[in-house]
Amino acid sequence: MLSIKNLHASIGDKEILKGINLEVKAGEIHAIMGPNGAGKSTLASIIAGNETYEVTEGEISLEGEDLSDLAPEERAHKGVFLSFQYPVEIPGVSVTNFIRTAINETRKANGKEEMPANEMLKVIREKSELLEIDRKFLSRSLNEGFSGGEKKRNEIFQMAMLEPKLAILDETDSGLDIDALRIVANGVNKLKSDKNAIVVITHYQRLLDYIVPDFVHVLLNGKIVKSGDASLALELEERGYDWIKQEQEA
Amino acid sequence: MDLKEKLVSSFMAFEERIDVHSELHDVRTSAIKNFENKGFPTKKDEAWKYTSLNAILKNDFTVFPKTESNIQYSDVQKYFLHEVDTYKVVFIDGVFSSHLSSTTHEGIDVCLMASALTKPKYKMVIDTYFNQIANKDDSLTSLNTAFAIEGAYINIPKSKVADKPIEIMYFSTGSEAALMTQPRNLVIVGENSHVQIIERHQSLNDNPVLTNSVTEIFAQKRAIVDFYKIQNDNLTANLIDNTYVSQKQESHVSVHTFSFGGNITRNNLNFYHFGERLTSTLNGITIIGEKQHVDHYTLVKHSTPNCESFQDYKGIYSDRSTGVFNGKVYVEREAQKTNAFQKSNNILLSDKATINAKPQLEIFADDVKCSHGCTIGQLDETAMFYMQARGIPKKEAKALLMYAFSNAVIENIKIPELKQRITKIIANKLGVKIGFDL
Repeated sequence: MLSIKNLHASIGDKEILKGINLEVKAGEIHAIMGPNGAGKSTLASIIAGNETYEVTEGEISLEGEDLSDLAPEERAHKGVFLSFQYPVEIPGVSVTNFIRTAINETRKANGKEEMPANEMLKVIREKSELLEIDRKFLSRSLNEGFSGGEKKRNEIFQMAMLEPKLAILDETDSGLDIDALRIVANGVNKLKSDKNAIVVITHYQRLLDYIVPDFVHVLLNGKIVKSGDASLALELEERGYDWIKQEQEA
Repeated sequence: MDLKEKLVSSFMAFEERIDVHSELHDVRTSAIKNFENKGFPTKKDEAWKYTSLNAILKNDFTVFPKTESNIQYSDVQKYFLHEVDTYKVVFIDGVFSSHLSSTTHEGIDVCLMASALTKPKYKMVIDTYFNQIANKDDSLTSLNTAFAIEGAYINIPKSKVADKPIEIMYFSTGSEAALMTQPRNLVIVGENSHVQIIERHQSLNDNPVLTNSVTEIFAQKRAIVDFYKIQNDNLTANLIDNTYVSQKQESHVSVHTFSFGGNITRNNLNFYHFGERLTSTLNGITIIGEKQHVDHYTLVKHSTPNCESFQDYKGIYSDRSTGVFNGKVYVEREAQKTNAFQKSNNILLSDKATINAKPQLEIFADDVKCSHGCTIGQLDETAMFYMQARGIPKKEAKALLMYAFSNAVIENIKIPELKQRITKIIANKLGVKIGFDL
């Protein structure tokens, strides 16, 4: 599904990613953990095509297709989804209208007809129930005045609507109380299938109690320095990151 | 002969068409004298520092167009609202067109200025209101006053709600190589009355046009007036809009200015207060490109206590376009408990585009709330990335962001069809088809 080889990226003169290698297969859940400033969000952002960063070396491909020259929207059309750590507020554009535009642009790019309005409404109803989203919420301006939890839930709602092949969840657990966390995780788990893959980026192990990863990677100073199974996350929770840093230095 | 001399000498020809023995003639004579003394404003005038009329004044404008026109409703239909019925006061090349208009005298007067200025039954009203709030010192207003004959006359008596919106339309057909017109509108809204008015100036071809328009609006106690100005004209059309608003107690007057087209557009918008607890709203959206120029010059004069004014102007400038926002709020010593807010937010989409923003607050009362804020920036890159990452292409994402940026002003449009229209014009301006009614 996703293949990242020797990825180096920088912003200005500062190198942030220093040779990332990552293979994610369909049906898998990967977690990327690491301390602040390790480059986790940068990696997520670069996979989605953020042009603020310059990829200086290496490649990212999705199902064998090189993504390097594709704009963010083209990557989205191919099935890449990024749940933002800080979703953007767009006054005057309702959640429904926004998602409708996103879906129809994606369908258009894939040579499909626009989704008929009644079908759209049906899917919206289904997916909003999945995430326990109030219908009134859907007619509000996108993210405007939403609480932290509402923003995150709305991100996962959009993910549910767009049905991506590869979903990257960037700090989706931050700002969520325990009930919201459960709802969001439950939604993600229901969307999971053997045809898609999920990369969860998080500081804490908490989310991984609900979304159980097949693999856990530790990102430190722009590199993946350790990989393991779900038990690695528990170990990190207990021991922090210092022991890994020491291992690295040794 | 330059345009000023041409206008001054044309006044004599104009006198042959009008009644020179009326009081009105004295008003016109002193007005043309004022214009003759002051001439057209230049960049040396503080109020015109950022807007130069020099280039357009070089055109050889015809000041009295031929009165015939063969414009049919089908030619101009698209400029009118369709879903709601409206009263229409329509002018072709500055001259009233009865076959395109739909006027009324039933309960309210929606008709033409030429009748109001000449028929005896309107004399009292004209004496009371005509040229009473317009600035007699201003040279361009004076020029208009001197030649004032064509325009809309709207008089809503006490406790009446105008049953339909009123569209005031000025079309120029290009029958003259270059045309200058002086439309003059008078709007009187009685106590407890309510009216919605849309004003538009539209060229139907690319011959240069210069419109020097004056509108006087009188809102009596508790009157509600919503006035929408749609400026989406051709690149050869120039507009100087001078609007003067007089408000009595508890009245609400809002003027919304949508500037999307034209070559040079100057909006002189002035509010004067003559009563307490009234509200003035001045909203604007400006979206221009190429070498277009839009100048908003506003004045709100708070002279009475407990009044509010709100100004919210959004501007998006691309290419080499230039914008000006000069907003003056004057709070006199008597005007205690004034709330006056002013906002001007601007986005520059190109390195060559310019905005000159100048808020001016002069406050002489000590118990007031006044604020002004001005921002100039570029499009939010993070927001662009967010939308693109959801599959919305760059161009559409940009359009949505600009729509979101202008939204606070669009939300204030109270005629649904007009709101849709404005949204559509914005989408067209931005070169996208927005696939839903926003």
